[in-house]
Order: sequence, then C-alpha cells, then structure tokens
Amino acid sequence: MAVFPSTAAAEAEGRIRKPRTKAGRDGTARGPNSRTQKAAYAFIAPIAVGFLVFYIWPMIQTFGYSFTSFGPFGGNSWLGGDNYARVVRDVTVWRALGNTLLYGVIGLVTLPVSITVAALLNRRGLRGVGVYRALYFIPFVTLPVAVGLVWNWLYNGNFGLLNEMLSWFGVSRHFWASDPSSALWAIGLVLVWQSIGYYLIIFIAGIKAIPQDYYEAAELDGAGPVRRFFRITLPLLSPSIFFAAVICVINSLQLFDLIYVMMSPTNPALGSTQSVVSLFYQWAFQQNNQGAAAALAFVLMLLTAALTYVQFRLQKKWVHYA
Amino acid sequence: MPERSRVRPGSVATHALLSLGALVMVFPFLWQLLTALKTLPEAVHVPTTFFPEHINWASFKEVFTAMPYGEMLGNSVVNTVARTAGQLVFCSLAAYAFARMRFRGKNVLFALFLSVLLVPSSLLILPQYDIIQRLGLLNTTPALFLPGMFSAFGTFLLRQFFMALPRELEEAARIDGAGPFRIFWSIMLPLIRPALAALAVITAMWSWNDLLWPLVVNTDPAKMPISAGLTSLEGQFETNYPVMMAGSLIASLPMIVLYLFLQRHFVQGIAQSGTKG
Repeated sequence: MAVFPSTAAAEAEGRIRKPRTKAGRDGTARGPNSRTQKAAYAFIAPIAVGFLVFYIWPMIQTFGYSFTSFGPFGGNSWLGGDNYARVVRDVTVWRALGNTLLYGVIGLVTLPVSITVAALLNRRGLRGVGVYRALYFIPFVTLPVAVGLVWNWLYNGNFGLLNEMLSWFGVSRHFWASDPSSALWAIGLVLVWQSIGYYLIIFIAGIKAIPQDYYEAAELDGAGPVRRFFRITLPLLSPSIFFAAVICVINSLQLFDLIYVMMSPTNPALGSTQSVVSLFYQWAFQQNNQGAAAALAFVLMLLTAALTYVQFRLQKKWVHYA
Repeated sequence: MPERSRVRPGSVATHALLSLGALVMVFPFLWQLLTALKTLPEAVHVPTTFFPEHINWASFKEVFTAMPYGEMLGNSVVNTVARTAGQLVFCSLAAYAFARMRFRGKNVLFALFLSVLLVPSSLLILPQYDIIQRLGLLNTTPALFLPGMFSAFGTFLLRQFFMALPRELEEAARIDGAGPFRIFWSIMLPLIRPALAALAVITAMWSWNDLLWPLVVNTDPAKMPISAGLTSLEGQFETNYPVMMAGSLIASLPMIVLYLFLQRHFVQGIAQSGTKG
C-alpha cells in the first residue's frame, strides 16, 4: 500500500516525501498532481459507477438476502442463519455440489486430449496446422444452447444417430440423456468436446514457449518423439497444465447452459445432472425461494473467489505479454 | 537420423490422428445441417438415412414464422454490439488511469475492481434483477446489456498492455501541451489496438452466447436474444427436429463466421482470458 500525503496541510508544511521508486509503472515520476488526479477520476468514474450499481452493491445485497426470507408480497423478514442451515441440510445441494465436482473431474479429461493434439500440431514441417486448429476450436465458439440441442438430437433414444451407430456394433437402444445413470456422462462428454479447442489454445501457446534447442539436443542424443514428449514437453508445460486445471474447475463450477438446454423440466435425469448454478436458478426463479438461493450463491461465490484468486496469482507465472 | 525433409516418417500417422479428431469435432455440425435439410418424416426415419432425398429449406423458413426469430437475432446483435462497445470504452479509460496515472485512493479502488473480478457474475443475478426491475427495464433491450457493459476482466487485461508502453511518448506529448485525454485518445489507445481487438471478439462471443441473464430479465419472446429464444423453440418444437436444427444452426453461424475471419484475435483473447463472464 502506498502512502499518500493525507492532507494538503502536510505538503504546505514543506515535508518532503521520498520520491517513490515505482516510476515507470505510473505515468509520472512526480506525486499525484491535481490535474492528473482529476483526469484519473474522470477516466475511472464511468466504470466505477457501473460496478457500484451492478456488481458491488449486488454483492452486498446477496449477502443481505441470504439472511432473509422473501414473503409473497416482497416483504422480507429476518431469518438469521436459517438459509445457510437449509443449504447445508438440503440433500439436493450436496447432490448438485457432487455433480458439479464430477463435471469438473470429467472436464479434466479434456487436458490430456488437448495436450496430445497440441503436441501433434507442434511437429516440425506439419502442414495445415491452421486448418486443424480452426476445426478443433469451432465447438468452443458455438452458441452453447445450439450445442446442447444438437447433442440432444444425437443422443435421442428413438431416432438418435448415436444409437444407430452403436447398433452396428450390436449395442442396444439407450436413452442416453434421460436415463439418470448415463445423463451426467452424456453432458460431460459434450463438455469435453466443447472445451478441447479452448485448452488447445493454451497448450499451443505453452509449447511455443519451449526453446527449440532442447528438442534438437534431445534428438541428437537419440531420443525419439515419444521420449521427447515425456521428458521435455510435459515437464516444461506444467505451469500451463496447472493453470488449465484451475480454470477447468472454475468453469465447471459455473456450468449452467448445457444442463438447462439438455434437461427439460420433465426429464427424469434432472436431479442426477443438476449443477449448483442450475439449482440456484431453480430456487431463485422457479420456486421463488430467493433467500436460500442467495445463501447458496454466497457459498459458491466464496469457493469461486478462492479459486480465481489462486489462478490470478498463477497467471503471472504463465502469461507472457508480448 | 532423419534429415530435415518436408515429409517425415510418422507425419502420415499424425495427419490420420488429427483428421480423425477433426471429424469428431465437426461431425455434430454436419449432422445438424443434414437434419435441417430433411423433412420431419425423413429425420425420424428408422433406419437412419444420412442424406436428405431432396434439399428442403422449409425448416429454415418455418423458424422465422413460428417465433419472432428475426427480432431475436436483432436483439442478440444489439446486445452484442452494446456490450462490446461499452466494454471497450469503459475498460480502456479505467485501465489507462490504473496503469499510467497517480491519484489518491488508487489502491482502494484497485482492490474494489479486483473483488468484482473474483465474483462470478451469474451469482449476482438476484440483486441485479431487482435493480433492473426498479429501473423499470424488465423486458427491454437495455436490460440485456446493462450489467455486461462493465467488466473487471477487460480492465485488467487492457491495464497490462498499457503498463508495457514506454513512458517517453507520454512525456513528449505532455511537454507539447497535450492534455490527459488527448494523450490517451490519440497516442496511447492506438498502441494497444491488438489488445482492444482481442477484448472485442471475446466480449462479443460471451455476449452472443450468454443465456442465464437474458432468461431472467427478458421473458417476453420479442425481447429475448436468440440464445434464450432457442430454448423456447425447444419447448415449442420438441419433436420437430429439422426446425430445431435449422434454428440452432442459424443462431450459431454469426459467431462461427466471426471466429473464422478474426481467428488471430480470438486466439489472443482466449490465451489471455480464463473464466467466462
């Protein structure tokens, strides 16, 4: 924390402050002069107002909501910790949390797939790298709602292409997305398919940062491609892998779109696929139980904030701003 | 030892593997298109036929007549443009101040901005909904883009780029008598164009694909963006697969096209971003 002179009086007394050594990071080498100050506040004001109204105040509100109950006419009554007690006691919460963590674990399967593709794309003299990268990345930019609809159609128990293809191998018909025992895995597969391209970008960047001489030296020593991958690529890629793993868990905590689209309200597999955010949506906007929903949101907020903080600290280790 | 030749042993196997993977990645889209071009009886025919007998565009037309699909696309466009433009303006201003100016309370403000970054926006929906309601904006287009115009992520991203610029430029401009805004607008901002482009495409993608927020604030079909619109299409046409595939195909095309044209910026933005929101 920097110490700014607290009043103009202190300056008037003529106390000389030590020049700050952080010059170069700030615009000026001198202390804040009034013109820059005013300009800086003017620059920050628009977004600060937006943040206060739409983010910071809502954060405080969410915390407040979580201790109240919402009456039918919007009258709130103080509940104390009841909402939190309900969140902790409610079996659906634990189930949703378990599902969400399972999505996170399934999501981690994407990493080895993406690393393999990135390593293959890194072969010297390989043609069509750009085309491959584009094709692998398209699912990530595609509207998630559309992705969910297409996969639901592929999974369809009566007319789905997946059943048709599996029938060639003698596998019998199955309602992949509505059988509670398989639905979560069906959604998980879509999640993996969707995010391969995203992690691919991260790993391509990571592999590019590995000096080529290492590979050349290893090649001279007679190491084959597989050995080079395990002895050079993988260890040197570890910061990227760690970052990707953190992102993967954070993103899975936010999973909502796919579940909302792929699970209609009448789907028997709804309970076994529900994520924390979809449960939050159900409580807040379908069952009008805002108090408990806010408590749930707050718990998830703390969890995500902790993880994001970890990621933010790690980012310094792996992002190279050109 | 293999010499440096264009075709190396193993490159055939590499291509085979990569192509197989690519097929898995694009096949669902192919199936989406093929289904959209079929008639309903063809689509649900058992055993499955791969190709439609005749190319049939009727489903694409039906999407537009069955629901206010055109309006929804329009809402998505307005939402995407407004959020992107808003973020570029607001984030670049604040990022510049944080990166290159000194002012009182900088650290406190910085910490506040950081707290916004750390909280996933989907969890603030309840109070945000209340605010929109109090402003009387439920079921309006501004409701879609208001909170999303302000982004802590965008601010931090641009700040990093501003911090990397040399100070001499500013000094010289200041000596020439240029004011803070002038320096920002005509000297510094053009220098971080790549970062602005990256932020723009990533924001556009998030805005176009956003579902949870629009579902909550705009329940009137005519005011929905296409993401929420498709979910209501799903309810309406539960078993009319060609229409659903046509609808979802049109809705996802804009982002795919944008990506194909601006790949470099997408890659930049993705490589520097982490989470959604």
